[in-house]
Amino acid sequence: MRHIISLLMENESGALSRVSGLFSARGYNIESLTVAPTEDATLSRMTIVTSGSDEIIEQIIKQLNKLIDVVKVLDLNDGRFIERELMIVKVKANAQYRDEMKRMCDIFRGRIIDVSDNSFTIEITGSSSKLDAYIESIDKAAILETVRTGASGIGRGERILKV
Amino acid sequence: MSSNYISGAEIVIRCLHEEKVKFVFGYPGGAVLNIYDAVFQQNKFKHILVRHEQAAVHAADGYSRSTGKVGVALVTSGPGATNAVTGIATAYMDSIPLVIISGQVPTFAIGQDAFQECDTVGITRPCVKHNFLVKDIKDIASTMKKAFYVASSGRPGPVLVDIPKDITAEKCDFSYPKSIHLRSYNPIIKGHSGQIKKALSLLLNAKRPMVYSGGGVVLGNASAQLTKFVRAIGYPVTSTLMGLGGFPASDKQFLGMLGMHGTYEANMAMQECDVLLAVGARFDDRVIGNPEHFLSKPKTIIHIDIDPSSISKRVKIDIPIVGDVISVLIELNDLLSKEKTKQNASRKDWFKDINQWRSMNCLNFKNDKKLIKPQFVIQSLYKVTKGDAFITSDVGQHQMWAAQYYPFNKPRRWINSGGLGTMGVGLPYAMGAQLAFPDEKIACVTGEASIQMCIQELSTCKQFHLPIKIINLNNRYMGMVRQWQEFFYENRYAESYMDALPDFVKLAESYGHIGMKIEKPSDVEPALKEAFSQKLKERLVFMDFITDQKENVFPMIPNGKGLSEMITAEEL
Ligand SMILES: Cc1ncc(C[n+]2csc(CCOP(=O)(O)OP(=O)(O)O)c2C)c(N)n1
Repeated sequence: MRHIISLLMENESGALSRVSGLFSARGYNIESLTVAPTEDATLSRMTIVTSGSDEIIEQIIKQLNKLIDVVKVLDLNDGRFIERELMIVKVKANAQYRDEMKRMCDIFRGRIIDVSDNSFTIEITGSSSKLDAYIESIDKAAILETVRTGASGIGRGERILKV
Repeated sequence: MSSNYISGAEIVIRCLHEEKVKFVFGYPGGAVLNIYDAVFQQNKFKHILVRHEQAAVHAADGYSRSTGKVGVALVTSGPGATNAVTGIATAYMDSIPLVIISGQVPTFAIGQDAFQECDTVGITRPCVKHNFLVKDIKDIASTMKKAFYVASSGRPGPVLVDIPKDITAEKCDFSYPKSIHLRSYNPIIKGHSGQIKKALSLLLNAKRPMVYSGGGVVLGNASAQLTKFVRAIGYPVTSTLMGLGGFPASDKQFLGMLGMHGTYEANMAMQECDVLLAVGARFDDRVIGNPEHFLSKPKTIIHIDIDPSSISKRVKIDIPIVGDVISVLIELNDLLSKEKTKQNASRKDWFKDINQWRSMNCLNFKNDKKLIKPQFVIQSLYKVTKGDAFITSDVGQHQMWAAQYYPFNKPRRWINSGGLGTMGVGLPYAMGAQLAFPDEKIACVTGEASIQMCIQELSTCKQFHLPIKIINLNNRYMGMVRQWQEFFYENRYAESYMDALPDFVKLAESYGHIGMKIEKPSDVEPALKEAFSQKLKERLVFMDFITDQKENVFPMIPNGKGLSEMITAEEL
C-alpha cells in the first residue's frame, strides 16, 4: 500500500543523503521525496511517498527513527491527513488545442501562469492522484513538459508533527 | 598546567584524554600530521602503530569486544580512510562501539579533487552508526563528545569523525562538555513492564520452552543476569555465534550453538519449541535459515532487544520488549523470584525429546592417527588453556570448529566477525585483546588463507611485544569455500586451493617470532603446551598445524533451508 511518511530532521548537511541512502541500501520503494527547512531553521521537514506491505512500512518507520539526525517520524496514513502536490505543465495552445486546454485547466482548478502564442504553462495542485488524472485526461500529444514537486502532507485537525 | 587556548589537534587529543582512552590504533599521513604531532607530545594513551589501516580498526574493535570499552582508531584522509572501511563495516555489523578519527583535506580544498581527498563521510555513511564532518574548530570538542556517546549508547556501533587538516592547526579555547543531549537520539533503556509480565507468564505456561541468546547479551553485559534467569527457570538455552560465552557452555542446560553450523539439539529445540525467548539476538539468515520454515511449527516468540528495528524484521514477534537486555532481565529475575511453582510436569516430554536429540552426539568426529583433525587441535587447545583463553578467530571452517569445540564459559572471550564475516580480523583482534589483557592467554585460531589477509601485523606484534599464539589450521584450502563446492558444485574446487603458500615457520621467524610446524596428531598437545609454557610466555608463537585437507564442518544447514533440515556427519 502507498504510504506518506512525514519526518522532522536536524537541518545538517548530509541529512538528506542519510535518508535516501537508507531507502536504496535496504531496497525500499521511493515514489517521491521532498524536503525543505521549517519555520524553525534548525529543522527540515521531509515527506516521503513509499509503498510496501505493512511489515515493510513498519521497518521503514523504525529504520528512519534509528537515524541519529531524525527527530520525529509520522506515518500520515495512520490517521486522517491532507495531501498536496504541485505540478507545472506546459501544454500546446495553438489553434487546435487552445480552447480545450483552457477548459481542462478550469475543470481541474488549475491556473494558467504563462502564455505564449503556442503554449500555456499551467499550475495545478492537489493530491498526486488528481494530478495523474489531469495528465490522463488531456491529449498526450499536447503535453510539452511537466514538472512535479512530489507530495507533501499534513495531518488533519489536532494531528500535529512538531518537536 | 596546560593552557586551554590550544590547536584543533591538541583538542582532539584532550578529548581522548577526557574519555580516558588507553590505546589509539592508527597510521599517520598528511592530513593527520598535526594530530600526530600532538600525539607525540602526550603520554596518557599509547599509540599502536599498525601496518595497515584495516588492522587499526580491527584492533580497536578487538580491544572493544574484549573489554566493553570504546575502541579508537586514527587514520589519514583518502587511502587511509578507504583502507579503514572494511574494519568499520565489520564493527558495524556486530554493533561494536568505536570512534574512528579520519583526517580530511583542508576545508578550502574539499571538493577540488585535492591530493588524498575522498568523501569519507559519504563512503562510510552506510556502515557507521553515525558520522560527522567537523567544519569549525569550535565544534571539535562537542562532536567528539557526541561521537563517544552515540557509539557506546543504545545499540552500539562505530562513529566516524572526519576532521579537515586546517582545523587541526587553528586554535581556540578548549572545554569538554560534561554531558550531551541529542533531541533526535534517545535510546530506550527500560523495557515495558506490562510486556515483561506477559512474557514471564507465557514462559511459565510453556510446554516446550526455549531460550535463544545472542550477541546483545555479551555487548549489554547481561550474561550474569541471563545465567541467573535461565538457571532459575530451568529451561534449555542456545546461543548464536556472537552470543557464545553469554551463558556458560559447560552448563547442562546449554544445548550448544544454533544456526548453520549449530548442534542438532539446539536447532531441533529451536524449531520445535512452543514459546521462545529471544534475548539480544536478531533471527538472521545464518541462525534460523528460512523464516517460513522456522514458523511452520507455530510458536509464540518473545523478543528482548535494544533496537526496535531488530524486532519483527525477519520473523513476526508476538511479545516485543524494547529495552536494554540487562535491565529487562533484572526485571524478569525479580518477577520470577516471586513465583512459587516453576516446574511444570508436562514439560517432561520436552526434556525427553531434547535428550534424544542430544544423544545423536552431532559433534562427534573420528580422530585419526596420521592426519591431524582440526577439531582435535581445538579440543587440545581447550585442554591446554584450561578453557580460559581469549580466542579470536578469522572466517572459515576453523572459525566454526573453534566455536563448536571450545566451550566458552565467560563472555567476551570469543572474538570473531559474525555479521560481516571478514577474513583477516583474527590477528588484529588478538592484538587488541592482548593489549587490553597483557597477562591473559590470547590465541588466534585461523586458516592459511585468512591469516594472509592481515599477516603484516606480525610486525606490529613484534614492536609491541604481543605474545599471541597463532593456531593456523592449515588445510591448504579455503576450506569453507571448498566445502560448499564439494556439497553444492559437484567437487569443482574453483580457485579455492591455496597454492604457493609461504613457509609460515620462516615467515614468523623473519618477523622475529617463533614458528612451529606440527604434522603429526601426537605432536599437537606437546606443541601447544610448549607454546603456552612459561618459557615462551613473552613470545608470539606461530603454530602451523598441517591438518586433514578434506574435513568438513558438521552439522550443516544448506543455505535457504530450515533449522531441522541439517546435514550431519553421519549422513554423508
Ligand atoms: C575478506 C573475505 N573474502 C572472502 C571471504 C569468503 N570466504 C569465507 S571463508 C573463506 C575461506 C577461508 O579459508 P581459510 O582461512 O583457509 O579457512 P578454512 O575455511 O580453511 O578453515 C572465504 C574465501 C570472506 N569471508 N572474507
